[in-house]
Amino acid sequence: MLEIKNLRASLEEEDKEILKGVNLSVGAGEVHAIMGPNGSGKSTLSYVLSGKGGYEVTEGAATLNGVDLLAMEAEERAAAGLFLAFQYPVEIPGVGNMTFLRTAVNAQRKARGQEEMDAATFLKEVRAKAKELKIDAEMLKRPVNMGFSGGEKKRNEILQMAMLEPKMCILDETDSGLDVDAMKLVSDGVNALRAPDRGFLVITHYQRLLDHIVPDVVHIMANGRIIKSGGADLALEVEHNGYADILAEVA
Amino acid sequence: MGLPQAKLTATEARLAALAMPVQAGWTRPLREAALARVQQMGLPGRRDEYWRFTRPDELNSAAPVPAGVRPPAENATFEELDRVRIVFVDGVFDPEASDDPAQAGLEISRLAEAEGQDLSWAADLYGTLEARGQTPVPRPLAALNTAFATDGVLIRATGRVGKPVNLVYRHCDETSDAILHHVIRVESGADLTVLETGPAAARFNKVMEVDVADGGAFHHVRSQGRDHDRRAATHIFARLGEESIFKSFTLTMNGALTRNEVVIELVGDEGVAHVAGACMGDGAFHHDDTVFITHDAVNCESRQVFKKVLRKGATGVFQGKILVKEGAQKTDGYQISQSLLLDEEANFLAKPELEIYADDVACSHGSTSGAIDEDALFYLRSRGVPKAEAQDMMVLSFLAEAIEEIESEAVRDEVSASLAAWLERHRR
Repeated sequence: MLEIKNLRASLEEEDKEILKGVNLSVGAGEVHAIMGPNGSGKSTLSYVLSGKGGYEVTEGAATLNGVDLLAMEAEERAAAGLFLAFQYPVEIPGVGNMTFLRTAVNAQRKARGQEEMDAATFLKEVRAKAKELKIDAEMLKRPVNMGFSGGEKKRNEILQMAMLEPKMCILDETDSGLDVDAMKLVSDGVNALRAPDRGFLVITHYQRLLDHIVPDVVHIMANGRIIKSGGADLALEVEHNGYADILAEVA
Repeated sequence: MGLPQAKLTATEARLAALAMPVQAGWTRPLREAALARVQQMGLPGRRDEYWRFTRPDELNSAAPVPAGVRPPAENATFEELDRVRIVFVDGVFDPEASDDPAQAGLEISRLAEAEGQDLSWAADLYGTLEARGQTPVPRPLAALNTAFATDGVLIRATGRVGKPVNLVYRHCDETSDAILHHVIRVESGADLTVLETGPAAARFNKVMEVDVADGGAFHHVRSQGRDHDRRAATHIFARLGEESIFKSFTLTMNGALTRNEVVIELVGDEGVAHVAGACMGDGAFHHDDTVFITHDAVNCESRQVFKKVLRKGATGVFQGKILVKEGAQKTDGYQISQSLLLDEEANFLAKPELEIYADDVACSHGSTSGAIDEDALFYLRSRGVPKAEAQDMMVLSFLAEAIEEIESEAVRDEVSASLAAWLERHRR
């Protein structure tokens, strides 16, 4: 599914290398978690994979189901099945949540050569999925993320994920700014989307999200590289001892 | 002191090309007084401070500059609304295309036919607000309009008018040179909505004088045409009574040269005046919004919200002033002008001003220019929305604050849909 080989990337403006040779392989149906101290390159990895501007890939490769992600525009990567749930979803006044989501769904369908979803079918589906995620129908009428609480923004991300049905989902610190109840709701939403043909890359600081979304593999990232990988226990180890021991181990 | 020779020559050349359309009737002395004003002020020139950012030459010239004509289907704003259409083709009333305006609370006459009738309410207003609006800054194109207007409507609202009156301007002649003058009186407690649509003419000079009596409400929304080579100078002069409401919104999508001036006087306590504009300029486009709001009463509120999106060398201008006179305490004045520059060739020139002579007021103004928010653009693209479509969404998002000023949800939706359709047609 997602194959990352020796990925190196720099911040264009500062000419500063952030990713220093990332190797990662996420198979279909698997959930991988990436943990690591601040500044280790976790968010940069998610941005580089999803095609955000401002980064220059200097070496390496990233493919999704054999398709070269790095050769594509951001929207083409989305159509190829990549989804990034943002740590801080942006607010866009004047653009209706539903209008945006329907445009996105149909743009992706069009890119894949599928028929566009008509308004009635879209409405029915989005309402059903919003209900599962306990998203108020009134919220759907608002402009994108405008006036949403932190929890509402994250639920809106999961709603988008549910509607777009991606193959590979990257969750960038989805737990930040969530209280316990919101975390449970968001995690339930993610778990409901787990499928044999879908992979997840969950970026997080804390073990607590992984109590709800149990990963198959946990990676520790530091200084732009994956320095250690293991099972779900690795996250518990980090929770108890911090990163210091692991960093010392590989130093 | 006389006018400088160049200004005098240009003014005489322009006036020589015009004929006063009526020989007798109640407008004749008002027109002659306006002509005297033009002769005294002279037509605007680039050296006039008030025209520093906009070249008035093509608005002044003796002969109009030809403009391209596009199919009327391109300007279909408000077609879904239940409204009364009054249609002008190249500045001439078209009875065949117009609806019967008869409805409760509404009296409409044509200026061209009303000269011989007894319309004392209109006689008290025609040219009056325009003349008042000549100080402190001269507006000679408006005085020229008062003198030489060939047609227009005289609208009197005496109650709550159910359907909006839609003034539809069609442009068919390559070199049409239309001068329309509308006079509107909203009586005490009455409520009227006027919509304006269409490119109007190759060169268009329009004045709208609006008198809103105590407790009256006037709503105005216009969607200006998109004939790329059109030139237009428009003026709105409004006087607001006690507890009255005046709200005006303008959507402009291209046009070679547009100067929209709005001059409002809040003379009754607790009046409300909102003026807003959203414009999208693409290429050889120059758009100028010039607003002057005078607070001359207690506890009044004014808002100016202007947003411009510019690309491929388009220029946007905003000159806005709030004047708070002595004694106009508890004034709440707000002014914002912002531009979104989609490339490095676009220009935005702003001159926001506050002049305050009262000591218990809350007035604020701000003006900014910026590029598109790349993070927001990436957010949209990361969901699969192609770049051009995502940019259009960002444009709609940027203009939203101005469009939100339109009170009627149905009208707002029509304006948004019209803008979205325009953006789609002009997608890069």
